[in-house]
Amino acid sequence: MVRPGSAGHGGKAGRQRFAPGDRVRIAARAVVGHCRTPWYLRGKAGVVAAIQGTFRNPELMAYHRPGLPAQALYKVRFRQGDVWERYAGPAGDQLEADIYEHWLEPLK
Amino acid sequence: MHEHEHDHDEHDNGHGHAHGHAPPHALPQKDHDAGPMSAYEVLEEAVRALLIEKGVMTAGEIAAQVDLMDSRSPALGAKVVARAWVDPAFKRRLVKDTRAALAELGIDIGTLAEFRTVENTPEVHNVIVCTLCSCYPKMLLGIPPAWYKSLAYRSRTVADPRGVLAEFGVALPQGVEVRVHDSTADLRYIVLPMRPKGTRGWSETELAKLLTRDSMIGTAIPAAPVKPAASRKTRAA
Repeated sequence: MVRPGSAGHGGKAGRQRFAPGDRVRIAARAVVGHCRTPWYLRGKAGVVAAIQGTFRNPELMAYHRPGLPAQALYKVRFRQGDVWERYAGPAGDQLEADIYEHWLEPLK
Repeated sequence: MHEHEHDHDEHDNGHGHAHGHAPPHALPQKDHDAGPMSAYEVLEEAVRALLIEKGVMTAGEIAAQVDLMDSRSPALGAKVVARAWVDPAFKRRLVKDTRAALAELGIDIGTLAEFRTVENTPEVHNVIVCTLCSCYPKMLLGIPPAWYKSLAYRSRTVADPRGVLAEFGVALPQGVEVRVHDSTADLRYIVLPMRPKGTRGWSETELAKLLTRDSMIGTAIPAAPVKPAASRKTRAA
């Protein structure tokens, strides 16, 4: 039961603004309505671990819009200590989340 | 759906009983989930009826989707992992392109989400969560357990993964990196656990039996049965 409005797949590489290894910060902005960027990661610094493809923007699709242009989706890796001030585990522990390009800001 | 409203006297099946009147047990049979519907159940029924009425989907398509989900269970994921354990080339393909590798086994994961396989190693232990809702690799593991959808699991796994894992009985050395995967978007993750020690020469079928749903979420570590004497020794150590 796949509908034409469902997520796109396997977007071609080439148009992405970021590459694996790039340091990025998740935008700290607030949005009203459907959004796939968790609050606990907003404003946090991480590293692009992989490009996952391009997908239609869920923030628009949630409101019956086509979600175009499709957004590059990145797997962003965070050090737990950068996400949680008082993280109790070892410094090597990490967390990964899939974040759409329009939420990423370059970080030197 | 309304068989219970039928008059039992219509079903005289020739056993020779003379039903002069309805027997005492012939009360209307209740559905086993009888009771007032919740607001969400009412909403689901109304939306479903509208989608069918407006021709967006048919009742048959909905039934087929329910059947499809019912056909998926952790046994399917276990079969995939066991194959990866015995076939290193397949394992490489599975980690590189999960969709294609599953297709080799005749497993169609549909087009609603992409899949990624994350491999546990002596250095890294992976665990899956979805903090936003309850995204889960259903096409490989079936319906998620209730705890996976709980606010406690979703919020605590990202902030204190080792604490959560310890509650599941998984204690990891400080030197092993815990890597949490928050399924925030269009990808679903499945954990490929390490093959347990002491399983050399085991068949795929035997290996698959060691795999539980939790071991493919990352909240358990599969282990081969230990001989009683050996386990005593471990405990004493």
